[in-house]
Amino acid sequence: MKEINPFHAAINDPGGLAAGIKKRSGKILGYMCSYAPEELIHAAGFHPMRLFSSKSDICLAQNHLQAYCCSLVRGVLEDSLAGRLDYLEGMVFPHTCDSIQRLSDIWRLNTKFNFFADVVMPTKLNTKSARTYMTDVLKKFKTDLEKAAEHSITQNDLQNSISLFNRIRRDLSRIYELKSQFPSIIKGTDLFAIIKGSMIMDREELAQRLETIVLLLEKKDPPPYSGKRIILAGSICDMQDIYKLIEASGGSVVADDLCTGNRWFEGSMPENIDPIEALTARYADRAICPAKHSGNTTRGENLLALADTHKVDGVIFATLKFCDPHAFDYPYMKEFLEKSSIKNLHLELDDQQQGLGQLSTRLETFIHMI
Amino acid sequence: MTDTDKKKDKRKIRAAKKMREIMTTYYLDAMTARENNKKVAWITSGGPVEPLIAMDIIPVYPENHGAMIGASKMGEELCIKAEEMGYSQDLCSYARTDIACCKVNGGPMGGLPQPDMLICCNNICGTVLKWYEVQARHFNVPLFILDTPICHTDYSREVESYVRRQMDEYIIFLETAVDKKFDHDKMAEVGRLAFQGQKLWQKVLKTTTHKPSPMSAFDAFFFLALIVTLRGTQIAVDFYEELSLEMEERIQTDISIIPHEKYRLLWDNLPVWYQLKWLSQKFSDHNACLVADTYTSAWCSALKYIDENNFLDSMAQAYTRIHLNIGVDQMADQVLDMIRTYDVDGFVMHSNRSCKPYSFGQMDIMNIVRKKTGIPVVMLEADMVDPRSFSLSQTDTRIDAFMEIIKQKEWVR
Repeated sequence: MKEINPFHAAINDPGGLAAGIKKRSGKILGYMCSYAPEELIHAAGFHPMRLFSSKSDICLAQNHLQAYCCSLVRGVLEDSLAGRLDYLEGMVFPHTCDSIQRLSDIWRLNTKFNFFADVVMPTKLNTKSARTYMTDVLKKFKTDLEKAAEHSITQNDLQNSISLFNRIRRDLSRIYELKSQFPSIIKGTDLFAIIKGSMIMDREELAQRLETIVLLLEKKDPPPYSGKRIILAGSICDMQDIYKLIEASGGSVVADDLCTGNRWFEGSMPENIDPIEALTARYADRAICPAKHSGNTTRGENLLALADTHKVDGVIFATLKFCDPHAFDYPYMKEFLEKSSIKNLHLELDDQQQGLGQLSTRLETFIHMI
Repeated sequence: MTDTDKKKDKRKIRAAKKMREIMTTYYLDAMTARENNKKVAWITSGGPVEPLIAMDIIPVYPENHGAMIGASKMGEELCIKAEEMGYSQDLCSYARTDIACCKVNGGPMGGLPQPDMLICCNNICGTVLKWYEVQARHFNVPLFILDTPICHTDYSREVESYVRRQMDEYIIFLETAVDKKFDHDKMAEVGRLAFQGQKLWQKVLKTTTHKPSPMSAFDAFFFLALIVTLRGTQIAVDFYEELSLEMEERIQTDISIIPHEKYRLLWDNLPVWYQLKWLSQKFSDHNACLVADTYTSAWCSALKYIDENNFLDSMAQAYTRIHLNIGVDQMADQVLDMIRTYDVDGFVMHSNRSCKPYSFGQMDIMNIVRKKTGIPVVMLEADMVDPRSFSLSQTDTRIDAFMEIIKQKEWVR
């Protein structure tokens, strides 16, 4: 499908993409966490751009972060110190985990971008006071953005951004739905490109492209699928080859519980209430990241529900090495799955990972076994 | 008794015996809580214990237990056990040993008394949140989370109002848990005792500004247990009163903790619990005394935010603005302040695999310290409880090289 080519182009050269956006529409704000309020950033006239590690060798970041820090955090710092992110106007750090928390400090002390903001969202999301606090934090961030943009963000600006992001979410959800219904309708690597591209491309352009893709996919008459149905669960999954390897082994990712997937785009934001309240509702109620709290078994229950809805044959956990929040949840989520007789496999990944040989064997064995 | 034995004996801190007795009594009370119709709450080391004391709930600290496990060299076995349960070796070793202990009733006391409730304050890390969720599932008891947003650069009004509101939620949580009204008068009294206790702890730690130092950070690691576990009680106040008097007496009679203090050092991060003896001997052999540390001082560093007469209202700020819940540059400022206060010749940083919020940022602090003071800094790679992340020979060489630089510096001076 040639309509997916721009997505591949975008993810293969995020720097080039950013240069183009900067030239056309102006300033870019980076972030690394799906709790970054993209709608606010967009409403202020900035381009929200999620950062991934370029996976280059770690040299400069070694002087700031020890080797037991995850490859995403070290990788993005390396990119920044090496000048690969010079296209950024600035950076936004919503509070995520202990590692990103310290990255924020190190970034603030060692880089020279025009804009910097810590958006310290609450960790606890299931209480009224936490929501009030979240609203306060969002309002404060709005003011920071307005100062940087040198104009105010009107209710209308924010409403428009919310509608735009809702359209994006709706279409991504629709593509996922189709993928689950007809796993052979779109290749895993293409789906990966769409998702990752959606986090970095110009959002107006993106919304149009996604609409076209949905229309084209809905017209397709995909062949029946007889392979294994897989959920990919974990932190970020920035490894396109995993999708390829799963398909080569006779499986297909029909749903995910990823920060670079379902957790980021599922649901929609209410459009008939005060926009800041709408943002709060969305970020407090969305599928939760393990670095946040809404209940002791929320994530396990979500995963089981997902497995049930999508009639999956197995779950593959893909987590980053040294990612504490996910490593703490893994044993109980595995136990939940096993109680429901759902087979699962755990892959601990590293952005700097060389060679996929061993990974390929493990995936193959797993998919054959289920 | 030979002469050396006598001298050694004289150097021993007398209060240590008393401290052991108090801790034994405390753990016995906790172990028999159920028989005495008392409730037990597990609480994180940075958590607000005062309302528990006011409600007559026995606080139990899995982190203190973790330290005991580390010091009794039982860490490795329990860490391996947790790994068998599916917990990654990269996770905090306090958490791993605690989670494993619950399964096998391990550790020096055969496990901790079971909790009736869990109190988790994330001012020290995000790890405690995940760890307490594990325990809340395991014991199926209510969990209260006190969410203290990190203050990278400032303590904002939003944060103040959020944390203050949670203090009220905390009290309601406790009232429900023990089915008893919260006694505000008792809370005020406990608050005053907590304030006094911390003041005295600070006084004890400050005695090491004297040259030669009457105690070392290794002693502080040991004496810390009371200000953590029994903060807000008369027992802690009395004990630290006695300890500070003993320190004054040592200063008056010229008793130093190491025989020939020549160099004074500052320690950063948690102790390496299973190598305390070796490390202390190692530094002592170089005539170097670790006179202060950033870890034990965390239990008095928020004193400036506490209002002794309105403890409850000032708790929000005091519990949010602790050493680990501020930006790296502010942490560096505290280190610089300690370097001046204690007049140290070198800075020893423990890069602790178990503690990411304490360890990430250390390299920046190291550079700031080097630039602003010029004192030598060494980073030791280890873990607070899991000995598999520690290499004795490598550490030995590093310390020798570091001390060599300090000695040369002094010679140049």
